[in-house]
Order: sequence, then C-alpha cells, then structure tokens
Amino acid sequence: MLMTRTTRRELHLGLVFISPWIVGFCVFTLYPLLASLYYSFCDYDVLSRPVWVGLLNYRDLFTDEVFWKSLGNTLVYASVSLPMGIIVSVMVAVLLNQPVPGRGIFRTLFFVPSILPLVAVAVVWLWMFNTRFGLVNEVITAVLPASWGQGPNWLGDERWVKPTIVLASLWQTGGTVVILLAALQEVPQQLYESATIDGGGAWVRFRHVTLPMISPVVYFNLVMGIINSLQVFVMPYVLLGDTGGPNRSGLFYSMYLYQNAFSFSQMGYACAMAWLLFVLIMGLTWLATRGTRGLVYYGGA
Amino acid sequence: MRISRWQKSLTFVPLLAGGVVFALPLWWMVLTALKPIEQTATTPVTFLPRQAYALVDGKRVPVRVLGSLDDSQVRVEVLDAHGGSGRFVEVPQAGILKKIAPRWENFGNAITAMGYFPRYLRNTLVLCMLTVVGTVLSSATVAYGFSRVDWPGRDRVFILLLATMMVPFPVVMVPLYSMFRAMGWIGTLRPLWVPAFFASAFNVFLLRQFFMQLPRDLSESARLDGASELRIFVSIILPLSKPVLVVVALFQFLATWNDFLGPLIYLTDQKDFTLALGLQFFQSQHGGTQWHLLMAAATLVAGPVIVLYFFAQKFFVRGIAMTGLKA
Repeated sequence: MLMTRTTRRELHLGLVFISPWIVGFCVFTLYPLLASLYYSFCDYDVLSRPVWVGLLNYRDLFTDEVFWKSLGNTLVYASVSLPMGIIVSVMVAVLLNQPVPGRGIFRTLFFVPSILPLVAVAVVWLWMFNTRFGLVNEVITAVLPASWGQGPNWLGDERWVKPTIVLASLWQTGGTVVILLAALQEVPQQLYESATIDGGGAWVRFRHVTLPMISPVVYFNLVMGIINSLQVFVMPYVLLGDTGGPNRSGLFYSMYLYQNAFSFSQMGYACAMAWLLFVLIMGLTWLATRGTRGLVYYGGA
Repeated sequence: MRISRWQKSLTFVPLLAGGVVFALPLWWMVLTALKPIEQTATTPVTFLPRQAYALVDGKRVPVRVLGSLDDSQVRVEVLDAHGGSGRFVEVPQAGILKKIAPRWENFGNAITAMGYFPRYLRNTLVLCMLTVVGTVLSSATVAYGFSRVDWPGRDRVFILLLATMMVPFPVVMVPLYSMFRAMGWIGTLRPLWVPAFFASAFNVFLLRQFFMQLPRDLSESARLDGASELRIFVSIILPLSKPVLVVVALFQFLATWNDFLGPLIYLTDQKDFTLALGLQFFQSQHGGTQWHLLMAAATLVAGPVIVLYFFAQKFFVRGIAMTGLKA
C-alpha cells in the first residue's frame, strides 16, 4: 500500500512520540515475557547459563505439595476477600451517597487506609492482632462473655491465619469505595423517582436502579480484584515472614514463587509458576467476563 | 422525596460504626507510638499514654512502675533524663500519680533504632523524584503520540499497550532480575527508577483519555501558524493538562513511596534501602518486643502519605474516579 506524504509524515511523528514506550515495551515487557517462557523450560539459577530440561519444571510442580498448598491458600483467600471487599465497598458507597452530616470526614476515613504503604499497614495489623496485647483481642474479651474464653491466636493458629489476612485486606477497600461513589453520583435522579412512583421500596430501588447502573464499575473492580488478589504478597510476607506462618497456612502463590526464585535459586521453576499464574489469571478473568455477561449494563455510558 | 429523621439515622449509625472501625488501627498506631514501653504490654490495655510520678525523698519524680508487692506498696524505678536510672525504690500505691504524657521522644528513638533512617528517607525521596519526573515526561510524550497524531495502525498498537497491563509482575520478575544483574545494577537504585523513563501503560492510558478531550482546533490552528508538533505538545497541550499531570505525578509518588517488592528484590545493602523496606527490616529484626518504637516507625512511614492526602485531596478523589469510570 502506498502512503501519501502526509500519512508517512504522521506515521513518523507518531512513532517518534511513542518511541519511549516502544523501547520500554521491548526491554521491560516483551523480552522478559519471552525469556521467562524460555526459562520455564530450563534449569536456571541466574549464576550459570540456563539448561533446557523440557517440561520437567511443570511436571515437578504437579507433584510439589507446597505448590498445591500455596495455590489452594491463594484461591481460598481470593474467593473470600474479593466478594467481601466488593460487598463492603458497595455498602459503604451507598451509605456515603446519602445526604448525611460529615460525609467528607467519613469519605476520608474510608479512603485513607487504601493509599498507605502496605508495609506500614501490615505492621499495624501485626500489632492489632497480637494475641496477648492486641486491641482486637482486647475488644473481644471486653464484648464477649468470659465463658467463651480468650480471643484467637490470630497469626499463630493455622485456622485463623487466612481470616486475619482477609480482615486486614478489607481495610484497604477505600479506593473501590471512591470509584463506586463516583459512579453512584452519575445515576440520574429521575430513575429513583420513577421507581418510587411505581411503588418501589428502598430494596427495589437498589436492586433495579442502583445495581444495574453501577454494574460496569463493579465488573471493572471484579477483574482488577482477580488480578491483584491472586498476586497477594506484601501483607502476608510482612505478617508471617517468607515461610508463610504455621503449617504454611499463609503461604500464598507469589510468596512461594518468590521463595523459589530468590531463596532456592530455582529461577526456572519460579518462571513455570509465573506462567501458570498468568494462565490462571487470564482464565478467571475470561470466566468472570462470561459469567457476568447479561448482568453488566452498559446502556447508561 | 423527603427523608425522615429515622431514615437519616439508618444511614448515619452504620456509617459512624464503620468509620470508627476504619479509624481504629491508625488511631491505635499513633497512640502506641506515644507510649512508654511498659504500657504496650498491659492487660487490660491502657488507652492514653501516661507517665507515672511518685514521691521519692520528698520530691515528685517520674518513675516506671514495675509491679506491686502487695496491695499497698509498689516497686518503681526512678527515671532520669536518659530513661531508667537503675535506682529502685518502694513507694505506697496511693502516692502514685499518673498524668497523660505523650512520649514524643519515641520518634527520635525509633529513628535511631532503625539504623539508617536518614539514608532510607533520602533513597525514597530520590526515587520518588526520579520516577515522578520520568513517568510524567515519558508517559505524556507517548500519550500525545497515541492521541493527537493520526498515524496508521495507532489504535491497534494502543490495544497492545493496554494488554501489557494484564501481565502480572511475577512473570517478568526473573528475566528483569537477571537482566539488571548482567548490567551490574543489582544493589543500586537504578532498576527502580530507570524503567520509569520509558512510560507506564496505565499513565499513558490516563493521559490519552485527557488529551483526546481537548479540542482538535487547538492543534490545527497552531499547525497553520507553522508550529511544530513538539511545540504544540509543549506549549499548548501540556499547560492545558496540568490537572491530569498532577494526578499522574501524585499516583507515581505514592506507588514509589509504598513500593516494597521492587526494593526487596533489587536492593542488597541496608544503606540503599527505602523506607518501606527499612520498616520491614526493622520489624523482622526487632518485632515482637518494642511495639512502641515499631508503631513510631510505622507512623513516620505512613504519616507523610496522610499529610499528602490532606493537601491534595481533590486530586486523589478525581484521579481515582478517573481510573475507575473511564475504563
């Protein structure tokens, strides 16, 4: 195809402007993607050249109990924290959208935790969930009858490790709240009014006006939540150390991947894990898109 | 539609309860940071930081209460300017007076205990500055190429750019590490800021949204006047885009300030650590005992973000809403 002089000029100009990204894409994304796929079929420890081993890493993964444990932990965490996070965010956003006194202060209270450094947040939760002197158990002791016994040993008890991390993660849903709030404020008032005239109560208005109108934003947060929660790392790493707590109950996928790469120098193995994670994330995102088709309403936008 | 008082309290009460729960961890962090160590290990908890005083040799002096011997006498250590003086006395329980006294010196002590706090702060600020400058310059340039120049295939390449956002960091982590290692960059700050100068997909996306909304005529008339594309970008488009540039700068500042995984992987020498990594290091070395210093350190690392929020509140809210709604 022949290009006119103007088109060619525009093409050159465009490419010049996006050239920083082209370089960055090739060096920091494309090359690492291909290299990591190659390493995943290799025995590689960074110090020496990678040695091709075929499917060995992938086959080893299937018989690696710790791998399955970390995958299970991550799926449990994601399937609990993600829906809970969305439900809490929708509830808070709907409440904040009402004309209540002190809205700005409440918005600040809910939002600020979500922008704080995760390490600082984790350190604070470590203290909050301290078994003997933590505020959480203090409140439990004060509220519950003494016959129920003491509060749980949150981070020291296998059964409580994941609930602790889920609770701590809920504290940082403020970003989702602000996005939802912005979406709620764009819902036309007439829709609520006509729903009221039709005799709809608060629940009917929420179910048939609010939810459909904010569904694209909920879907967006669902997809982002899948991507992020399957990669959860910093919070459990700081709370539990890289071993993942009692009986590895808090060893998540990214932590085991990191351990393989940087503690055991099993870089090829880590790359195989990373590619499986990539496939899992894409698969679940596709499922979420399929599953919510028909539920997400794009008419308003 | 009139809202009854009953309906109002139906929203206000749960909001208040939720607000208290959300505020609690931060409030507890600051309170603990201001307490003497013995008040971090009491049951039931003490809420406000207090200083005990006792009459010793006819003078009222600050003391640390060590424990009661029986119902009436307690054993205390007299405190001097440096803390414990090593002098222990027994005084009547009734003579102990407790005053609310925040221990501001905990912050200084936490800074000392963290070892290289000034270096951590310096490294973090250097990285913040470089990544903010890098990403604003490069992402704006790239976004301009994706929005205000019409070149064949542009939108298909833009889809590719959006697709790169789907790539999880663990997938590229190992090759990036071995690449930086081959370049001799491990143990330096370079892997943490150099990539910022090559545009980030997310920021390009945000800026492109904004640039597309600016009227085409702006560029057309400037072109007729003979202005070069670079000139149009620098002296027309950029000045009009200040609000979104501030949002990008703010988000990048936060991302760098808060980043943990990057510094954890690339930094090896404690002197090169950032605040986030330094805080985790401090916790792993001294955690579990000196909660007052750990909370003081956490306050020092989280505090600047809170202060920043209060100064740039509207940019935060606008930026978050932009990312969520335009997607």
